[in-house]
Amino acid sequence: MDEIPPGTRKIVEVAGRSIGVFNIGGEFFALRNSCPHQGGPLCTGRVSGFVIAETPGEYHYSRQGEILRCPWHGWEFDIRTGQSWFDPAKVRVRRYDVTVAPGSAIATVEPPPAPGLAPGPYVAETYAVSVEQHLVMVDVPG
Amino acid sequence: MAQTLTRTPTRARTKAQIVDGDIHNAVASDKALYPYLPERWRQYHAQFGMRTYTGSIYPRANPNAARTDAWPPSGLPPGADLSFLREQLLDAWNIAYGICNPLVGIQGPYVEYTAALARAVNEWQAAEWLDPEPRLKGSIVIPYEDGDLAAAEIDRAARDPRFAQVLMLIRSREPLGKRRFWKIYEAAERNGLPVGIHFGGAGGNPFTGAGWPSFYLEDHGGTSQVFQAQIASFVCEGVFERFPNLNIVLIEGGFAWLAPLMWRLDTSWKRLKDEVPYLHRAPSEQIRQQVWLTTQPMEEPAKPEHFVQLLDHLGMADHLMFATDYPHWDFDAPDQAIPARLAPTVEAGIMAGNAKRLYRLS
Ligand code: FES
Repeated sequence: MDEIPPGTRKIVEVAGRSIGVFNIGGEFFALRNSCPHQGGPLCTGRVSGFVIAETPGEYHYSRQGEILRCPWHGWEFDIRTGQSWFDPAKVRVRRYDVTVAPGSAIATVEPPPAPGLAPGPYVAETYAVSVEQHLVMVDVPG
Repeated sequence: MAQTLTRTPTRARTKAQIVDGDIHNAVASDKALYPYLPERWRQYHAQFGMRTYTGSIYPRANPNAARTDAWPPSGLPPGADLSFLREQLLDAWNIAYGICNPLVGIQGPYVEYTAALARAVNEWQAAEWLDPEPRLKGSIVIPYEDGDLAAAEIDRAARDPRFAQVLMLIRSREPLGKRRFWKIYEAAERNGLPVGIHFGGAGGNPFTGAGWPSFYLEDHGGTSQVFQAQIASFVCEGVFERFPNLNIVLIEGGFAWLAPLMWRLDTSWKRLKDEVPYLHRAPSEQIRQQVWLTTQPMEEPAKPEHFVQLLDHLGMADHLMFATDYPHWDFDAPDQAIPARLAPTVEAGIMAGNAKRLYRLS
């Protein structure tokens, strides 16, 4: 856990899968390190936020530190859910649950969509993560 | 289930043979070319350098237009570190051969200088890329605003058989079919080399017929406009009739637009033949015989069956060549890029066979 301070990530291999574990403000999230578009190493991408323009000329920034951009073609995924946001009509990446122990709470909160965005059908694979005695545990379903 | 956390090793994701038609090996810095420049031009380069015309080049969203994971650990720029390029591209994807297209701006108006620079880039390629890595083939960079100097550099560099083609950029000062460029095509044909023409360039004209757009998105998505104009120029100026053994490779310009352009040119040609009586073959026939295309960035129709129809309209699946565009941000992954299931022989041709035939790779 100390290896992944807030605002950072670590790429790990679990059950033969490359997975990125992210710490957003003390909450842990795990995503499959493979982009649903062409299989780019998604979890090595830049982390940023959204810039939203509901109408040309008006811009808002939101969700800073929670949006992952694929290093190849820049598709955007929500680290909390694996949800893709770049093309609401098409893409969603599978996400895995992350839990933080000793409590058994599973961080599966669906955040409200940013204004002007609707979720796409693709979701990055996400995994359950728990923190036990300062170890971050990632649950990979069989 | 929980396990110890370790890093994933790199493994080749593809088994079938692949030829990559568009790799951008980069010059690490101006100084990297100094060993290949005579004193006069080293001094000129250091003191004056290339006239820049950055207004032609849209900001690329990512630094160096690169995949953000393509910056080598050595600190060199993307594409400049051969061992990292081997690891991240050639080995990772089992690439049998790759065509290097170094994008060095050789379009300045001072042609004696650009000729020296082109020669330096070609010698740098041979020494620093082709010598250590036999999977890589070079492209002859030329000062192509001057036909004589360009032809001389083609004749000189082509003596090294590891150069697979001559390289130009699509955005020229004038349409590329014009007489002033013919010596280039003549030299390429004489040396048995295709002429690859890549996206980009700073000839000074917009890539559209409507002036300068605001956004890189328009440049990236709309670049077929200038490719269309150049193909029409090659056909109508009679380049393919004059140089019947010349092969032109359009690199990074897409291909979905070409079938409708052929239909239109054929229709108009039948009615306007008297304007260009030296065109004996229909435009589509010239194009299908003498034009080749690289795939990246791949056309991605929403319905895969439309991709199959597209190839049918085009009738040039035997002239389509896969390319990654590594290390650029619009890279196509060899195992993912083709958006539809194709007949195995067609796919094998696109992934390797067509390029092997054109570039005479064993
Ligand atoms: S592979 Fe991730 S955006 Fe294309």
